[in-house]
Amino acid sequence: MENFTPIASLIGGLMIGLAAAGLLLSTGQVAGVSGIVAGVLRPVKTEVAWRLCFLAGMLAGGGALRIYLPHAFTFTVARSAGAIALAGLLVGFGTRLGNGCTSGHGVCGVSRLAPRSLCATLTFIAAGAAVVYIVNHLFGGYV
Amino acid sequence: MKRLAAAFVSGCVFALGLGISGMTQPSKVVGFLDFFGHWDPSLALVMIGAIAVYFVAWRLIVRRPAPLFTPRFVLPGRTAIDRPLLAGAAIFGAGWGLGGFCPGPAIVSLASGSGTVILFVLAMVTGMYLHSLIAHPIGHPRAALRVDLAVPAGDS
Repeated sequence: MENFTPIASLIGGLMIGLAAAGLLLSTGQVAGVSGIVAGVLRPVKTEVAWRLCFLAGMLAGGGALRIYLPHAFTFTVARSAGAIALAGLLVGFGTRLGNGCTSGHGVCGVSRLAPRSLCATLTFIAAGAAVVYIVNHLFGGYV
Repeated sequence: MKRLAAAFVSGCVFALGLGISGMTQPSKVVGFLDFFGHWDPSLALVMIGAIAVYFVAWRLIVRRPAPLFTPRFVLPGRTAIDRPLLAGAAIFGAGWGLGGFCPGPAIVSLASGSGTVILFVLAMVTGMYLHSLIAHPIGHPRAALRVDLAVPAGDS
């Protein structure tokens, strides 16, 4: 537990909830990042603009982090390019098949106590834990 | 216009929250998922914080007749706990554990200019395309190459 950052993580989490609530209140939309990205890939005239603005806002926030909190972008997990590419493929395909990711199911869906999102969240945490177990404890932390 | 500005601000606050919470660092994600190693419970606190706010906000906001800048709420309509949901979540979770990135933090981390993140996001977008090719082959009314139809309602 030496890396535990309870205060920063709780504050960041409150901000994520606030941002998702702001999107719901202002645009009536659920803040599911995988759905927003996919909606830009298969755009519809009236639906793409807010999605692009949300993503642009995320990049702007990322730019601010780069300046004021560069520590946010420390990537210390040892992975080969092949593992990263496979991870991206799985995340992209899986979030479309399951209709959501950590934000849509994990935050928004669980908050609504939607059984569908609760099941998805437990499933992706379990699958992630299984893969991390294999990588960290059977492959010595590098794949 | 207000609607677009609000979406931009929401995305920005969302990104700052992800960065401050530690979720843009794959080591925090992998650390949380490593239940049998040096477990880092930070991600649980991120979820608790976000859910605490959205749990209350959701109940207050959807009581309104309409959102502030659009005519109606676009709310998830699906309730089925079916094979695509569980298989999709399992596939996503495997990729999440493997790379330590989920879609939100990956998009935010593009701002770092890291080649690893760019590779991840390109692969993620490819995975989304692969899904739409399989789910909606060419000729299907929702084929990937058509751009004039709505994405399915009820998306989480």
